[in-house]
This record gives sequence, C-alpha cells and structure tokens, in this order.
Amino acid sequence: MSEFLQHLINMLVLGGTYALLGIGLTLIFGIMNVVNFTHGVLYTFGAYIMFIVVHQLGINFFLALPLAVVAGWLLGAAIELTLLRPLRGSDIDTTMLVMIGAWIAMQSGALWIWGGVAKSVATPFPEAPLVLGPVSVSWLRLFVLAAAAMLIVVTYLLINRTKLGCAMRATFQDQDTASLMGVNVDLIYTSTFAIGSSLAAAAGALLGPVYVIFPQMGDLAAVKAFAIVILGGLGNITGAVIGGFILALAEELGAGYVSSGYRDAMGFLIIIAVLIFKPTGLFARSERVG
Amino acid sequence: MKSGVAILTILAFASVPLWLRDPYLMNALITTGIFIIGAMSLNLLLGFTGQLSLGHIAFFGIGAYVSALTSLGFDVGLPFGFRVVHTPWPPIVGFVLAIVVAGLCGYLVGLLSFRVRGAYFVIVTISFAEVVRLVALNWVELTQGPLALTNIPSITIGLPGLGYLTLRNKLQNYYLVLAVAVVTYVLISRLVHSHFGRAMRGLMENETLAVSVGIDVTKTLTLAAVISAGIAGAAGSLYAHYIRIIDPEVFAFINTVTMVIMVITGGKGSLAGPIVGGMIFGLLPVFLRPIMAPEAQWIAYGGVLIVILFVLPRGIVPSLALRFAKPRSRVETVVAPVAFSERDAKEHA
Repeated sequence: MSEFLQHLINMLVLGGTYALLGIGLTLIFGIMNVVNFTHGVLYTFGAYIMFIVVHQLGINFFLALPLAVVAGWLLGAAIELTLLRPLRGSDIDTTMLVMIGAWIAMQSGALWIWGGVAKSVATPFPEAPLVLGPVSVSWLRLFVLAAAAMLIVVTYLLINRTKLGCAMRATFQDQDTASLMGVNVDLIYTSTFAIGSSLAAAAGALLGPVYVIFPQMGDLAAVKAFAIVILGGLGNITGAVIGGFILALAEELGAGYVSSGYRDAMGFLIIIAVLIFKPTGLFARSERVG
Repeated sequence: MKSGVAILTILAFASVPLWLRDPYLMNALITTGIFIIGAMSLNLLLGFTGQLSLGHIAFFGIGAYVSALTSLGFDVGLPFGFRVVHTPWPPIVGFVLAIVVAGLCGYLVGLLSFRVRGAYFVIVTISFAEVVRLVALNWVELTQGPLALTNIPSITIGLPGLGYLTLRNKLQNYYLVLAVAVVTYVLISRLVHSHFGRAMRGLMENETLAVSVGIDVTKTLTLAAVISAGIAGAAGSLYAHYIRIIDPEVFAFINTVTMVIMVITGGKGSLAGPIVGGMIFGLLPVFLRPIMAPEAQWIAYGGVLIVILFVLPRGIVPSLALRFAKPRSRVETVVAPVAFSERDAKEHA
C-alpha cells in the first residue's frame, strides 16, 4: 500500500510537468493546426537555459525558471515568424515536414553546442527528502509540482479571463469570423506558438534538474506531449491537464508493477489505445478534424 | 525512350564496381542503395497516398531483426511455461519472412490508423516505431537488447546448375542490392500505373470524389501500407545480412528522417525522386565527413529539408521534369497542385 501511495506522489510531480507540455502542444495543435515537432526541442532548450543560468552565469536557481519561460517565448516567436508565417495556408504535411527539419537542425545544434554528455543541475534544496508517514518526496520535486501547478493556473486564467485568451478561443472556433470581428489572427498565431513554446521550456526547466539534461531529452517529451494531446482531445486545456496526470499514472504504475524498461512505452500504448477505442480523445465534445 | 533511360541508368550503376575500387565508397554505395529501397517504399505511401509514415524505420528494423533471428536461431521462454526454440534457417528464408512479417505489421498499423488519418497517422506510426524499439531493447532473451545480434550470416543464393554462392564481399552485395532496388522500382512503377495506383492517387487528390466512384478508402490505403512495409522489410533484411550486426539503434528516429529527407528532396510522388534524393543524401556524408562534424551535417540536413520545402516544394525530379517537359507532355507531368491548403480542400469537397 505504501508503495502505491509513493507511486501516486510521483505521479503528481510528473503529471504537473506533463500537463504543462500537453497544454502547450494542444494550444498550438488546436489553434494553428500545426503538428509541432519542435515542442521537444523547446523542452530541451528550457532545460539548458536552466543549466546555463545556474552554472555558467551563476544566477539564482529560482530566477532561472522565469528566464527559461521568457527564452522559450522568444524562441517560439522566432520559429513562428520565420518558418510558420510564410507557410500560412499551405497544407498540414508541408508545415509538419518543415517542423521536422527545424527539430533536426535545432537538436543537432544543441548537440554541437553543449555536447552529448549528460549534465545535471545543482539545486538549493536539501538532500534529505520530506517524509510523510509511509511516503517520502524530495523538496525539489515538491517545488516542481508547485511551480507547475502555478503555471497551469496562470495559463488557464490567461486563456479564460483575458482579452488575448478570448481572441485565441475565437480563432480556435472560427478563424474567419474571428478575423472579421477585428482579431489580428497573425498576432494570435504568433502569441499561441510563443506561449506553447514557453510552457514546453518551463516543463524542461522544471524536469531538467530532477533528471539529467542531454540534447535528445526532448524526443520522448515530444511524443509524450502528443500522447497527452490525443488523450485529452484537440485544443482542450482541461483535457491536457487530466491527460498529463493519466499518462504520469500509467507510467508510474507501468514502471512499478510491469517493468521499468517499458515505462516510456506507456505513452505510445496510450496513443494507440485511444485511437482504437475513442479517437476523439477522452474529453472532446466535437468531432476531430481528420 | 523512357525505358531507354532506365536501362542506361541500370547499366551505369552496374558498371560502378568496374571502375570504383575504393572499399569505403563501395560501402557507402551499398548502404545508400539499401536506404534508397527504404525511401522508395516510403514514397509509395507519402507520394502516392499522401500519408506520411514517420515510423517507417520500424518496418525496416523489423525486417532486419526477423531476417537475422531466422538465420541465427533463438531459444525464448514465453509466459505460462511455453518455450520457442528455433534452429537456424538459410538467410534467404529470412529475407522472405522479413517481407512477410513487415507486411503484416504494415497491415496492423494501417488498420489501426487509417480511421484517423493525417496528423494521427503520423503520430501512430512514430508510436509504433518507439514501441518496437523499446521491445527490441528490453526483450533481451530474444534480441540480445543493447548487446546487439552479431555474426548474422551473409545471404546465400542457389544458382541453377552452379551450386551455391554466399554473398560475402562488397562487390556481390552491391549487385544484390542493385537487383533488389531494380525489382522494387519496377514493382512500384507497375503498381502506380495500375488500377490500384490510380485509386491511390484519386484518394490523395480528392477523397470525396474517389469514394463517390466506388474506391474503398481503407482497403486501398491499407494495401498500400502493406506493400510499403513489405519493401521496407526487404531493405532491412538486406541491411542485416550486409552489416551482419544489428542493435536497437536501427530503430532510431533519425533513420526515418533520413528517408523522409531523401523522398522530399528527390520529389515525392515521382518514381525517380527517392533515387535522386537518396544518392544525394546517401553520399553527401562521405564528402562532408572530412570538413564537417556529424552534428553540423545534421544541422545542414535539417536546413536543406526546410529550404527545399520553401523553394522546391515538389522536389528536384518533378521540378526538372516540368522545366524540360515538352508543352504537349506537360499536361501528363502535372499530377496534382502542390500547395493545396486544407481549407481549400474542404471547400472544394
């Protein structure tokens, strides 16, 4: 039983960052109809920003997170402006292939700049974990969970309570009508991609210190994000949050009770299972664009 | 005229070992040839049905593992006390089994994913490839996991009246790969110009119209996936018996990307496209190796993919064909409008 409780605790920590990844991707996928293969690179990028800020610039650990968010925002906006804006109106396959090209180039760039050796980030948290009865959790992981929860709430408020969020939702529902109502669709696209990218970078910056940082770390993160989006339904933020926690639970239980070697297979199995049994995602109201 | 060009091309490729003695270059040519076969199979799906399989390396890798395991033999325990013991069979049987098993996997993936197409097909194929990679990595009893399958025997072929020939050296493997590539090309070319090929292209260009004239979408796409996967499996088998060692890294996503870059650069939906693109990207590393680090090369390849999509979205071969086509035959060359937006397609449908 205590083992199960421990898995639940780990699930909460992992699920928070997965939810961040998922929200970012589901916004981009849902609003822009772009299969964003650079999402994983942004995750890696966020983790390296963390490393650079803490170890090379010697700035505070807690300041590194907002810096990673800003850097992810800037890089996302740059990708959108240079690669996606000129391709507006071309088919989904072309943009997907361009994003694959960008992913390969950027990931190789990370490998070139920072090398293939995994790096770890020192944290200001005490080594000894917080023990709560039968379970224990490290202070770092608690911080990760709290920060992720805060970012999820901020994003939720941004989408549901601000004018920008209202314009994003309008664009998601009907781009032409939104445009007629005076929404600057180009600006919405750039903002959407930048926000999604900054969330991916935040997830990387949060999970990077928990594990280790290496250039290919984003590959799995990207596919997990896709699994969460498929699970939660396209463009559905609440779905992405729940999807993130479901994936984390599946991974924890899979690693705990089946085999740790197949932990990372869970996301893929979820994708395959959802597409067989409920291709619209678990929480989608409308049908999915094929 | 067209078959003349084809025969000249085959003769040119066949003459290469006569004047090229460098074993490093021969090796590059053989692996390039194997990847070109894989790229041709990818092109069958991407270029003629419009479905992008980003897990294509899974079929290649499955072919490699099936072929290797068939010719090496294995002894594997299964749940409930079952045990499967397999004594080695000749590699040529492995080659055939590789095609069959990879084709079956293509059938499963097609069945699963063609209900939800487009982006979802892409994600299902990636997931499939990753699951297969994790199985190859973790099922150590069968695959040796990261320790790799080693000492895979070379392919032996029986020649009528001449006994048996084991293809050990580069020269023999070069001609084997060339032969399989030619057979693949002819097969895909016949397929594309058949009734089935017209059905595939009809689906890609206007699905509603194609369905209204009685084309069965799922059946057509699934059959295309089976054939494509089978060819990729054959390429994987050739790879296993040529390299003679395989590990789970064969399933690396970068290998799929290599094939995609070959097809897109050469020209998707063009029969010669994967060959041209494959020669460029198969041999480019040979020439770039002394001057660029591998990471820098990959930055360049990613950049090339983007630039090609912006500048020559059709790819090299179709763009050249358009330029040199006589006005009369130009009508035939223009197959489909390229930048057909999703929105347009919906409005036309």
